[in-house]
Amino acid sequence: MSTPTLAPAPSPASTGAEPRASFGDLLAAEWIKLWSLRSIPWVLLLSASVIVIVAARGASYTYDHFDPSPAAHYYQTALTDSFNTIGADVVMLVAGGLGAFVVVNEYASGLIRTSLAAVPDRRALLLAKALVLTAVVLGWGAAVAGTSFGIAQAILSGRGIGLSITDPGAFRFVAGAALFAPVCALVGLCLGVLIRHTAASIVSTILVLFFVPAFFTDTYRWSADISHALPFTAWRRLSVVDLRDQFVSPYPATVTSAWIAFAVWSLASVAIAALAIQRRDH
Amino acid sequence: MIEVTELTKRYGRKTAVDRLTFTVRPGHVTGFLGPNGAGKSTTLRMLLGLNDPTGGTATVGGRSFRNLPRGLRHVGALLDAGDVHGGRTGRAHLRALARSNAIPSGRVEEVLHEVGLAEAAGRRIGGYSLGMKQRLGIAAALLGDPPVLLFDEPLNGLDPEGVLWVRGLFRRLAAEGRTVFVSSHMMTEMEHTADRLVVIGRGRLIADESLAGFAARAGRSSVTVVAAEPAALTGVLTAAGATVRPDGAGALTVTGLDATRIGELALEHRLLLHALTTRTASLEEAFMELTADSVEYLAGEPR
Repeated sequence: MSTPTLAPAPSPASTGAEPRASFGDLLAAEWIKLWSLRSIPWVLLLSASVIVIVAARGASYTYDHFDPSPAAHYYQTALTDSFNTIGADVVMLVAGGLGAFVVVNEYASGLIRTSLAAVPDRRALLLAKALVLTAVVLGWGAAVAGTSFGIAQAILSGRGIGLSITDPGAFRFVAGAALFAPVCALVGLCLGVLIRHTAASIVSTILVLFFVPAFFTDTYRWSADISHALPFTAWRRLSVVDLRDQFVSPYPATVTSAWIAFAVWSLASVAIAALAIQRRDH
Repeated sequence: MIEVTELTKRYGRKTAVDRLTFTVRPGHVTGFLGPNGAGKSTTLRMLLGLNDPTGGTATVGGRSFRNLPRGLRHVGALLDAGDVHGGRTGRAHLRALARSNAIPSGRVEEVLHEVGLAEAAGRRIGGYSLGMKQRLGIAAALLGDPPVLLFDEPLNGLDPEGVLWVRGLFRRLAAEGRTVFVSSHMMTEMEHTADRLVVIGRGRLIADESLAGFAARAGRSSVTVVAAEPAALTGVLTAAGATVRPDGAGALTVTGLDATRIGELALEHRLLLHALTTRTASLEEAFMELTADSVEYLAGEPR
């Protein structure tokens, strides 16, 4: 270690001319924090590749088993090939896990105390974290959903069944897949703030996103209502554009209620996390 | 200026900090001493708004830290050198902190240079030694050029050169008119660092005074005497009101009389003395004596 030298000492009075730190500075700080961890770009890149490969394989399968009879319709198949349940599972895992990670890594390392000593306004800190997370994960989700859609449709256009983003419902399908990512990420963030332990937070996030939907079916009204309010079911509703050949529930969900579910889960997650971080000792 | 008034923190039935009141003034290095578990870290966390007090107040510069939007220009703090993420580089860690408080990134290079981490700044913190992490923590505390600095056990893990450097740094910061508050559980560390002391035990205030005042108040001196006839001398000294304790190797430890008076008494009774030495209690002993009743985890404590 080199011998420390003393920098010219500014007088403490210089703190009087304090430039006001804006919320934008907090966003920039969280941006630096996120990208200065090397594992994050890799996880995003690898998981994106998995989703795109699954889409390409799905489209290739449809291409190979194409049935040219007029009775067969391929509208929904063309959409589902580009982003299916496997894609949604990877999104839940990666986005939910990343959401939990961005807060839990601070609790697990103790960095949260350093962060809060720098930014005593806890709600602002949490909001900045949530916004940066949302932006990054939404960008990732949009890139993944858009690329998968483009590749799958390019393959299927060889059979004349490829869709364009301007076809009815296609944009909604892609937007639903892209927005599903930040919803999962914010649920992860919230559980991370509540639980604070790395493994427990990530496991709970996966439980809430993956397994809770399995407990509710469309058999009864109350069960259907709960089911439709869950992020995974909401995404599935958004992904169904062509209702032919689809299972018709006695209590069908609407597209509007699916968008509302996305919004409520996101906002409620941030609100609960803000409340928890505000009240807790660190 | 740090003002702590009737500060109390209870965790369930356990009282960690008990109606603590003290003031830390600018221009001094003030040591914050107490045995392990005395409540030092809890107090510092309440000062930084990390923990909410059960009662009382803790203010920095007259304001509650928790209500400030940004902290680094008001208080620089090093609570635990481990409060960092090992996956980031030292530079990225400081850049994120600086940015959150609108501190220009040039200041990051300045503090890195100042703490001697300029060359290691591009490496990940996970590979730093404890001493390097302490330096990084000190760099973070200096980032905002704050008027108040808090350090929790900053000397842990530093090599002798680092300890000297930190002491010099603390004195310089105090000389610049800043409030420097440094916790430790070792009196010997503070003896050469602080000029004022706040001593606590079991969450209660034991002393809040200058280092010299603390030494004078707490340090009781004793006299070690080696006599030709220890039994006879013991009788004479005890009669004169002293407490005499045989010291094993023929020596006696006498408290309650000074060396001059002991010499006079020995002469009066024609007793031969071989040695007569005054021992002033060290600050460490004074500290141990004052906090003896409030040690939380005593070795060999009967169960």
